[in-house]
Amino acid sequence: MQQIASEPVVTQPIEERLELVRFKVDKRPHIRVNTEACRGCDLTPCVYVCPAGLFEILGGEMHFSYEHCLECGTCYVACERKAIEWDYPRGGWGVSFRAS
Amino acid sequence: MHAQQQFDVIVVGAGPAGSSAALVLARAGLRVALIERGEYPGAKNVSGAVFYAPGLLAELLPTFWDEAPFERYITRRVLTFLGKESAFSLDFRTRHFAIPPYNGVTVLRPKFDRWLASKAAEAGALLITSTVVDDLLYEGERVIGVQCRRDDGALYAPVVIAADGANSFLAKKAGLQREFSAEEMSLGVKEVLRLGARTIEERFNLTGDEGMASEYVGEATGSVKGGAFLYTNRDTLSLGIIVQIASLAQQRVRPYELLDRFKQHPAVAPLVRDGVTLEYSAHMIPEGGWQLVPRLVRAGLLVAGDAAALVFAAGIFLEGMNFAVASGLAAAETVLEAHRHGDFSTTTLTGYQKRLEQSFVLQDLQRFRLTPAFVNNERLQNLYPELLCQAAEQVFRSEGRPRKKLGSTILTALRSKVSLWTLLRDGWQAGRALFF
Repeated sequence: MQQIASEPVVTQPIEERLELVRFKVDKRPHIRVNTEACRGCDLTPCVYVCPAGLFEILGGEMHFSYEHCLECGTCYVACERKAIEWDYPRGGWGVSFRAS
Repeated sequence: MHAQQQFDVIVVGAGPAGSSAALVLARAGLRVALIERGEYPGAKNVSGAVFYAPGLLAELLPTFWDEAPFERYITRRVLTFLGKESAFSLDFRTRHFAIPPYNGVTVLRPKFDRWLASKAAEAGALLITSTVVDDLLYEGERVIGVQCRRDDGALYAPVVIAADGANSFLAKKAGLQREFSAEEMSLGVKEVLRLGARTIEERFNLTGDEGMASEYVGEATGSVKGGAFLYTNRDTLSLGIIVQIASLAQQRVRPYELLDRFKQHPAVAPLVRDGVTLEYSAHMIPEGGWQLVPRLVRAGLLVAGDAAALVFAAGIFLEGMNFAVASGLAAAETVLEAHRHGDFSTTTLTGYQKRLEQSFVLQDLQRFRLTPAFVNNERLQNLYPELLCQAAEQVFRSEGRPRKKLGSTILTALRSKVSLWTLLRDGWQAGRALFF
C-alpha cells in the first residue's frame, strides 16, 4: 500500500481525455472573453477550474478555445471579473455525451 | 401565428424533470412541445448517476422495470473517510434494497434520458431535439411562449415549464433566479471505466444485478472542498469527483488532476485497476441547497429540476434525479389544474410551490438546509478523515507493547491536531446538520 502512495500521481493529459468525447464543433464560438478585463487578473480561476483546460495565460495574455468545451458553465461562475460571456452552442452542436 | 406553433404547454429540456412533466401532460391529452438542445435527450446530461426512489417513475410507467435502461440496483452503500495513505469505511448492505421498487438504481444518462423522453413522445408529446431556447416570450408580465434559436423560432403556449438544467438561463432571464456565486455551485468531473460485469461483481462483492454506491471524503479531493464517488454500472464503473468551484479556484488545482489523484489513491487504485476509460464528462451542480432555490413560478412559467436548484447534496445524501422527476410531476399536475381553470396566473401556478412543500422535495431541502455549509467545514474536509484513519491505525496497531484502553488511544490521536472544545463544537454542528 505504502509503495503505491509514495509514487507521484501521474496525470493524464487533458487532450487524451478529450479525445474520448464526441464534439460537433460549431464554427461560431459560444464563449466570448473580454480579454481586456483579464489583464492583471492574478487569480485566473478559469485556468484552473475548466474541466477541459480551455483557458491559459501565454505571455500575460488570455488565450482560450471553445471547441472542446464540455458545456458545464463553471468558467463564467468562477470568473470574478465577469469577463466571460457564455451561452449554449447552437442546437445539436457542441458536446454529445454517449457513455456517461 | 401558425397553428403548429401553438401548444397547450411547452417544456424546455428533456432531462428527467422535463420528460416526466411532458409524459404526464401528453397523457392527459394536452398538446405538448418538449424541446431539447442536444442531438438527443441526455446528450448534454451528466450525473453520478444513482437514480434514487425510481418508484416515482415506475408508478407512472407499468413497464418500467422491464424496459427502463437502468444498470444495477443499489444494495451496498459505502462511505469512506480517506486519509493520505489510509481509508476508514462504513459499509452497509441489505437485500431489502433488492426488491422492486428498488431504493436506487444506477443509470447512464444518455441512454436513460433518451428512453424517458421517448416515453413522453409515445404518449403524444412533440419532441423537438437540436434546438436551443434562447428566451421566453411575454405579453405584459405573462410568459406566453419561447424563442428558439432558429428561423421562425417562436413557439407559443399559455404556460412554459423551464427544466433547462443547472445553468438555469431561463429562470435568470425571467427574474426568478439570481447570478450564481462560486461558493454555492459545484463542478463534477467523471469518467466511465469499462471493467466487465464479472470483474465488477467479483471486485465489489455483488451478485447478479446488485450494485454499489460508494462515496469518499477527505483526501479524495486533496485540500479542495468536495468529495468523490464510485458507482457500479452493469459493465462499467462511474467514478468522479465533485468539488466546490470557489475552493477549486482558491487552491489552484485542475479538476482532472484531482480525478487522477483519487484514482491513484492506494484505497482506490485496486478498485479501478485495468479499467478502460470510455468517456470523460463534466457538469455543474447547484449544490447550495435551500438558499439557492429560486422563486419557482411567475405568470405562465414554472421552473423544475436542476434549473430550480432542486438538488439534495447533504453529506451522505447525493440526490438529484428523483428531485427532478418529482418536481416535473408536480409542475405537470399544476399545469393540468391551470388548464382546467383556464388560469395561468402566478396565484394558480403557486400550487406548484405548495405541492413541492408537501413533498420530500422542499421538505428535505429545508430540513437539511444547514448540511451543505457543515459538509464544507474545513476540518471535516481536510482534518477529520485523516485523524479518523490515524485513530483507527493506533487501535489496530500491534507492536508487542502493552495496550491502552481504546478511549485513551482514540482521544490521544484526535487531540494531537484538534482541541476537545473544537471537536465538541463540530460534533454539535454535525448533530444540527444531520441528526436532530
